[in-house]
Amino acid sequence: MRYAVGLMLVVVMAWATQSFAAAITLAPPTDVMVEDVPDDIGTQMLVKWAASPDETGDASGPRALSGYAIFRIVAQTGDGLESIGEQAANESEIGFPANFSFEDVQPIGSVSYGRTEFVDENVEAGTSYLYAVAATGPGGTFSPLAVAGMAVTAQMEFFNEGKLWFLIIMLVISLVIIGFVWHAKRGGEIKVRTIAGLEAVSEAVGRATEMGKPVLFVPGILDINDIQTVAGITVLSNVAKTAAQYDAQLKVPTARSLVMTTARETVEAAYLGQGRPDAYNEDNIYYLTDEQFGYTAGVQGVMVREEPAACFYMGAFYAESLILAETANSIGAIQVAGTAMPSQLPFFVAACDYTLIGEEFFAASAYLSHDPEQLGSLKGQDVGKVIAAALLVVGCIIATLAVTLDTWRGWQIAELYIKDNILGDEGLEPNEEKVKIIDADIAAELESRALQPEGSGGDS
Amino acid sequence: MIAKRTIPLVIAALVGVLMVATYFVPYTEQWGADAMEMFIILAAAAMVLGAGNLLLLNLSKISNRRPGWGYAVITLLAFFATLIIGLLKIGALPTPSAPGNAWTAPVVQEGSPFWWIYKYGLVPLTATMFAMLAFYIASAAFRAFRAKNVEATLLLGTAFIVLLGQVYAGVWLTDFLPTLESYVVASFPDASRDFVLAVGMQVKSGVPLDAIVVNGVAYADMTAEHHELALQTSDYIGGWWYQLLNGLRLENLTQVILDVPQKAGNRAIMIGIALGIVSTSLKVILGVDRSYLGSAD
Repeated sequence: MRYAVGLMLVVVMAWATQSFAAAITLAPPTDVMVEDVPDDIGTQMLVKWAASPDETGDASGPRALSGYAIFRIVAQTGDGLESIGEQAANESEIGFPANFSFEDVQPIGSVSYGRTEFVDENVEAGTSYLYAVAATGPGGTFSPLAVAGMAVTAQMEFFNEGKLWFLIIMLVISLVIIGFVWHAKRGGEIKVRTIAGLEAVSEAVGRATEMGKPVLFVPGILDINDIQTVAGITVLSNVAKTAAQYDAQLKVPTARSLVMTTARETVEAAYLGQGRPDAYNEDNIYYLTDEQFGYTAGVQGVMVREEPAACFYMGAFYAESLILAETANSIGAIQVAGTAMPSQLPFFVAACDYTLIGEEFFAASAYLSHDPEQLGSLKGQDVGKVIAAALLVVGCIIATLAVTLDTWRGWQIAELYIKDNILGDEGLEPNEEKVKIIDADIAAELESRALQPEGSGGDS
Repeated sequence: MIAKRTIPLVIAALVGVLMVATYFVPYTEQWGADAMEMFIILAAAAMVLGAGNLLLLNLSKISNRRPGWGYAVITLLAFFATLIIGLLKIGALPTPSAPGNAWTAPVVQEGSPFWWIYKYGLVPLTATMFAMLAFYIASAAFRAFRAKNVEATLLLGTAFIVLLGQVYAGVWLTDFLPTLESYVVASFPDASRDFVLAVGMQVKSGVPLDAIVVNGVAYADMTAEHHELALQTSDYIGGWWYQLLNGLRLENLTQVILDVPQKAGNRAIMIGIALGIVSTSLKVILGVDRSYLGSAD
């Protein structure tokens, strides 16, 4: 009897061992590494691993490995074990339990074969996590767990270091602009080049007055939260002042209710400022529709019926730009356009008498107001352009040298730094992995050149 | 004065600085989206202002019998018809869970009168307006491309090349100039054409000869015959004669014009625009430009 029981135990143990071995036949991934995703609010962790040897598979048969499952436990912290649904193995030790059951624990995520990274986007800042990765096979089989070497704490950054260079450039340009505004405020002389399109504003309004026809101002089709609409409204303020001086009728059809309200306030104040509150007519600034082509049809109707002598287009425009400009051209109106939509600029240039291209449009308010403080900002913009041009030239030279002198480490690193750090989001320090790749490439290139027989005509 | 000038200026300055900060501080990244949602709610509420203005304006046109008052009647009829049908969901089928309540129907339900107005009213009207653009482009181009001086002549020539390069006529006109395909057909027997074509495509896209892979076979593992073919193809594609003649094909010339001078000019404009936006934003944040509040005073 005792032998029989013993024999049964041996059989049961052998069966259990065999079934366990049958369940785990895949090789696990290796080198599981976890790092806190930088420049976030502490809600993401990046898990990396080296592919399981089974991933390559046998080309003639089915692939042994279908993907990877990622598991995590909340590691013990100074404040004790924090729980967000998972439990550590035991409270005195950080780690996955030896009897970890794949059936009882759901992975926090899974990826298909070929991928060796996973971003866990559901972590809590300040909590430490230990991760493990298992290869998964067909039929719900798992490899043994490959556990990361250490627990990592998710951290919230207060500043996105990847955008540091952008901040530096923005601050430099802003300080230059503020400096010139301050300089102008203290009475410094600011010389601004003549912008023909803006000089034409008075001429256009004067022409409309002489002809006894209205002036039409179109502030674009976007809402007041768009900077182009804001810039358009500032130009409207100056056009309204001129219209008030000349006693010309100013009409402003809008595509947004808020733009209508803002335009009314602006024009009313401009008329008041010129001592002509009686000439202000609220009904001349009106809402048509939010619908793009409905608005276009409405403005076209105004043009054809009322035949304004001067048309201003200042703001954000899309496909309606040419329809409006050509219609106004057909009625013989003098036209001045200004926009920062590069795709619409050619249409305005082709159809209008004057076009304010990009920065000129944003300079219009300062130019027309003759306000020294605003003119100072124009000078600051010009210095910004000089800085941008200098950076462009330096960048072009470095990029050219990096291609020409491909074994000169300094140029390669400088090119990488400009691309990834100054123009990219790597922050102040160059990416170490990419630097290593550059070093390896240079070493390989030098080695291949050393192996080439002299006079074989290799690159030099 | 404080309510109309100072408070709006302070709000603009604070919100402006805060929105700039959201770009650099991860914790505040969501605030920009939240502010945009608040703006959308505000703009939706302001629609009432717009609709009210539209009604007043058109009613006044009708009552005063001003020129074009008939259009005002049509506008108001269309406005109220769409508003009532859309708001009351007339003709729309309620959801199965509440069959007695028409208000439970989706806003745009296929087959409903509101959907019909959109599909067969608004969309064709919009498409008609957009289609008119083709004629306006023709008339604007006719004026813009007159060869009045050197610059206008250059513009005309460039536009001519780009326009032709976008259509089949351009391909047909310069079809006699060599391409990779014509070289392969003219110079190699059928058996090796696929190989040469694969090599040529990779060389054209800038892959070094020793890094070429054809049908999974790397250059180093290829036969001597394939090495010879690959070298011959690479020499031809990289040769100045092919580069010059192939580059003169109108479709390639067009691409070069778009990729080099056009892109350079466009980027210069974009840099200017970016600086202008920074400057305008700063003027608003610092309160230097107050004209959007009424006047600079």
